Amino acid sequence: MRDLRNRPGLLTGRLSTKDSSLTFALYALSLLGALVISGALVAATGGSAPDVLSALLDGSVRSPGAWGLTLTTAAPLLLVAIGTIVATRAGLVNIGQEGQVLIGAAFAAYAAVRLGGPGWVVVTGALLFGAVGGGAWAGIAAGLRAWRNVPEVLTTLLLTFIAFPLVTFGLSQAALIADRDTTRQNQLNTGEIIPGTALLPDVHLFGNAIDSGFLVAIGLSAVLAYLISRTLLGTRVDMLGYNPRAAQRFGVAAGPLSAAVLIGSGATAGVAGAVLLTGGAAGDRLVFGFSGNFGWDGLLVALLARNRILVALPVALIFAMLRTGSSFLAATGVDRKVTEVVQALLVLALLIPPAVLFIRDRRRALRSSNQKTPATAPEAT
Amino acid sequence: MFEALGTLVSSEALYISAFQFSVLFAFAGCGEWVAERAGTLNISIEGMLIGGAFGAVVGHQMTSSAIAGLLVGAFFGFLIGWFQANLSHRLTANQFVVGLALNVLVLGLTAFLDSSIGFDPARAEVIEVPVLVDIPLVGTALFGRPWPAYLIYPLVPLLWWAVFRTRWGLEVRSVGENPQAADVSGIHVNARRRQAIYITGVSAGIGGAFLVLGQVGSFQAGMVNGRGFIALAAVIFGGWTLRGTVIGCVLFGFVEAATISIPANGYSIDPFILEAAPYVVALTVVLAFATRVRQPRALAQPFIRGLT
Repeated sequence: MRDLRNRPGLLTGRLSTKDSSLTFALYALSLLGALVISGALVAATGGSAPDVLSALLDGSVRSPGAWGLTLTTAAPLLLVAIGTIVATRAGLVNIGQEGQVLIGAAFAAYAAVRLGGPGWVVVTGALLFGAVGGGAWAGIAAGLRAWRNVPEVLTTLLLTFIAFPLVTFGLSQAALIADRDTTRQNQLNTGEIIPGTALLPDVHLFGNAIDSGFLVAIGLSAVLAYLISRTLLGTRVDMLGYNPRAAQRFGVAAGPLSAAVLIGSGATAGVAGAVLLTGGAAGDRLVFGFSGNFGWDGLLVALLARNRILVALPVALIFAMLRTGSSFLAATGVDRKVTEVVQALLVLALLIPPAVLFIRDRRRALRSSNQKTPATAPEAT
Repeated sequence: MFEALGTLVSSEALYISAFQFSVLFAFAGCGEWVAERAGTLNISIEGMLIGGAFGAVVGHQMTSSAIAGLLVGAFFGFLIGWFQANLSHRLTANQFVVGLALNVLVLGLTAFLDSSIGFDPARAEVIEVPVLVDIPLVGTALFGRPWPAYLIYPLVPLLWWAVFRTRWGLEVRSVGENPQAADVSGIHVNARRRQAIYITGVSAGIGGAFLVLGQVGSFQAGMVNGRGFIALAAVIFGGWTLRGTVIGCVLFGFVEAATISIPANGYSIDPFILEAAPYVVALTVVLAFATRVRQPRALAQPFIRGLT
């Protein structure tokens, strides 16, 4: 599987800087296209697009206390996204975040219920346990990649489908994370209620309760953004993504570094799971299917942000708005799954402009080289 | 323990459900094999299966005939393949990003349409091959199935013939091994790769349609549940040969069938182990076989003339 390592980065930024008005127009057109298709879909199934938009805005920012919830929801998405971005920049394709989030949440649940001591110790412990859990889950893929060159694309995916039954198993064992309160009905297959002291505190701002998990996410993003853009380590990671062979010639230990990055991206996904649990946004206890697509959506955020950590913040906010807004969709009679379609359409639409610009630049370059040497050069692509 | 194993291997139900799952995996896996021989690690195989399954109920709803369901399923699979192929091998977008976005899109779109429209159950007729169906134990499993299952019998040799006995197939294999050399000898690399993905789409679309028409009988949002990725593992297990891929599909088919047959025969194993088993086996098998075989040299590498 050696050759899989020599591919260019997942999303090498190919933005044409020469022609900014065309770039802007292309992006605007693709975005518009995605929104028009979404609107047509809503209209075709008997809904009204303006109503849906209005309901989405009500649910995400306009109704009282809504934007606090939106910021709280954005935290896990952002955490998943920044880990993915770093892995992608190193040329790795980690697409098993959903499982890593779930395992992280399960580890955090264990710590939050079992650890004693003052609240801040328990919360920190839960976040660290989450990081360990997510990191270990991604570590299996990293280990297989290092040991037998198994492509991490496939292993991270398969591990996700193992994570779900594994956590369900944990939820059935009182020695692990099942509820130990045997008097409660349906005590099996649910976790214990996270004690109030083990919850991340809320920040109250203008009548909005913002979970401090958002601050954790912002802080980690800042740290990773600094590491990537300002340190030798970050340069090495980027080098590995662009050209692993050249990176090795420059003294980058490709194997250990990519394993570390893969584990690190799993760890941030695990922290996202811990934040999801101790933030209280997804209920007060671990249940089956707790990760609720946060892993997949965080991955989409990373893809939309095109490998830039600072861009991931606004994208995560938009995705969080779609998520919190979708709870208001019931009144319009449109199924809330429509927001998933919108998210995927946005990702697909934003793939097109850079590719079109790239091809245009290449055609132009070929044409100009043809004019210099009149020999017939074949058409690009 | 051995007694339990004995009951299991002598139960006809095991072979029936193993065959059903193997056929599903084979439609997906053999299609995927063509794309991988051309150099694409096509993860939208999952979306193609979902699209095919959804197409089956759409086609059946419109005409109430299973043949139409199968055709629409194949067409939906092709459509997803068309997007995958043209975004990744015409517009040069990254194939994993495209595949992932397509999977999420198809999953969300079909679930949305299913819940807002609602579809009737759709089933294909069982056709029994006379005489052969009376073979004890495996007769019904192999020759007494809903008719779409039989399509796998001609499909596998057809794909083998196309890839190994035609000029087109030679070109497909060459663009998967060494796209630069293929390009210099006048082969349109990205066109061959696109065509290979179209075939994957049609084949996996039929597979998805079979899942509805021949197995489940209706469309449910989570019905594919990562089986496309198991088909991916089957291709690696098979060492990128068609024979090996089919063997891998049968192996995974038996594992899936065992997870149903073991509780059905009254043996209790923790449901967690049963649910995780196919994926754990896939992971183990990939681990064991990944380095013993030679993959297509240019697998998962994009071809852009002059850049590589």
